[in-house]
Amino acid sequence: MTHNIPILIPISLIFFAFFTGVLGVMRLRYSQLVAVFASALAFSLAVWGTVHVLTSGALSYSFGSWPPPIGIEFVMDPLSAFMLLVITGTGFILLLFPTKPGFKIEEKRGVPLYAIVLLLMGGLCGIALAGDLFNLYVFLEITSLSTYALVSIGSGRAVMSSFRYLIMASIGGTFYLLGVGFIYFATGTLNMADVINLLPAVYSSPAVIGGAVFIVTGICLKMALFPLHTWLPDAHSYAPPVVAAFLAAVQIEVSAYIIIRMLLNVFTPEFMVGLLPLTDIIGWAAAGGVIIGSVMAIAQTDFKRMLAYSTVGQIAYVGLGIGLANPLGITGALLHIMAHALMKSCLFLIAGGVAQQTGITDINGYRGLGRRMPWTMAAFTVSALAMIGIPPTAGFFSKWYLLLGSLDGGNWVFLAVILASTLLNGVYFFRLIEKVFAPADPADASARNPGELPRSMLVPVLVFAGLILAVGAASVLIVDNLLSPAVQGL
Amino acid sequence: MNLAELNIHYSYVMIVILLVIGLWGMLGKRNLVKKVIGLNIFQTAIFLFFIKGALKDGATVPVIDPQTGIEAAAYFNPLPHVMILTAIVVSVAITGVAMALLLNIYRSYDSLEEDIIIQRMGK
Repeated sequence: MTHNIPILIPISLIFFAFFTGVLGVMRLRYSQLVAVFASALAFSLAVWGTVHVLTSGALSYSFGSWPPPIGIEFVMDPLSAFMLLVITGTGFILLLFPTKPGFKIEEKRGVPLYAIVLLLMGGLCGIALAGDLFNLYVFLEITSLSTYALVSIGSGRAVMSSFRYLIMASIGGTFYLLGVGFIYFATGTLNMADVINLLPAVYSSPAVIGGAVFIVTGICLKMALFPLHTWLPDAHSYAPPVVAAFLAAVQIEVSAYIIIRMLLNVFTPEFMVGLLPLTDIIGWAAAGGVIIGSVMAIAQTDFKRMLAYSTVGQIAYVGLGIGLANPLGITGALLHIMAHALMKSCLFLIAGGVAQQTGITDINGYRGLGRRMPWTMAAFTVSALAMIGIPPTAGFFSKWYLLLGSLDGGNWVFLAVILASTLLNGVYFFRLIEKVFAPADPADASARNPGELPRSMLVPVLVFAGLILAVGAASVLIVDNLLSPAVQGL
Repeated sequence: MNLAELNIHYSYVMIVILLVIGLWGMLGKRNLVKKVIGLNIFQTAIFLFFIKGALKDGATVPVIDPQTGIEAAAYFNPLPHVMILTAIVVSVAITGVAMALLLNIYRSYDSLEEDIIIQRMGK
């Protein structure tokens, strides 16, 4: 049974996607229950698999009993296990959020909404598990196709931004496919474990170099790494809140995971760091992205748009860790993936809940909300402090590892960039925290008198806030058990 | 590149030309349908690249024939064809979703020209 866990995780999500699709057309409420059940199942399988990986080594599943490298395989090693926990865990809590504020869809309407969400999660899990370059492309496109549909649900300009996103992400996906073709024709294999063995013989071949460049460029487009981030702010700010949380918290993070996987398990560090300066280029682009993302976030007045620009900055932290390409840097990048998934989900859910309850979307409208929604705003404060990187939240520890990594690599510019961007993050979040706990404008309060969020919305928000603190407290455990074995190859 | 090399590699030159036409269509054209057509040309170029890579001189269809023997060099490589079959399905799905989005855009803005849509968005 245990060796089947890698295949059971995506299968359970994609299998239930069919039922939720049919149910969704009849009753959206029931399909949400099935979707929550499916993601809970996937999450418990991921936990079970992780325990197994930690105690008795990596799991591998070969499709149709064809042994790799000829057959297709799913591999669950510590790195995959970590990503699966992030994807299924975050997805499970996000699905608990009520439909109306979360997706801006009336519950009475018959739409196969949750089927698309489950397909998105199934695709992401497939990416984390794929041990085969082409299989990864197929799951990447499943993920992208479901996000185009989900973004277009949103309001106003959502459809147009979804179309722009489709064009940019398809270029990225097709570049990846072209790179896979180069690697395949140079080595004659698609299995990652096989490619890493065969590649050293053909390191200097132009086909391999071209393939690596195409793969990294394509994935950077999907990851929205500066300066390829132009599609992100529109797509994320016009999408419904839960969809925006899914995109910012897991989808682009999984693209970052693909680059880390390529660095560690496909191209080997000596190729991507030594022979080609690919990680350097990613690192410097990310250094630009950290600053630009934070500066642009300061300039926004719409809360969701501010979060979207801050995603550009936060994903660039992960890029910085990849650019450092030393064990501490990659550990920081991976830990930041988890921390960002939790804090961005929390903030987007708060944005959605507050917009539903009071109609406020502008950050100036948040003035005085701390008195009226104490629990929500406490959760907001926790995640805002985590975004800045203040101990003991999860955001502090990931930045701490990134700082240690840049000290270790002797890269003083990255060190300065991380510190400067922390100040910039402080500017836009302390400004908000101050507004939230300032006394309300008396003229304004009489017009609208919203209380605390309803319990159905408050629970997921508080769970995320609690997890931000818990991951901060347990960061040593996570790093020792899951991340140190994952970055051993460096 | 001299003429003899061009004679061998001309199909790759054609693939690159198709790639560039596709990219230009996606990024340079202002009409949204033309962008989708550009996307299709771009993806087709990559399909052709895989198919070209599977070709061998003097090889035959990859079904084992007792007369030809089991020498791998005597058969075309079937794997790229299978991969491209899957990639074509992905590309059809992307085109389908793109068309559905375009339908929605046309219903909201009554146009598929990007300039006109941006103008109407501003109002």
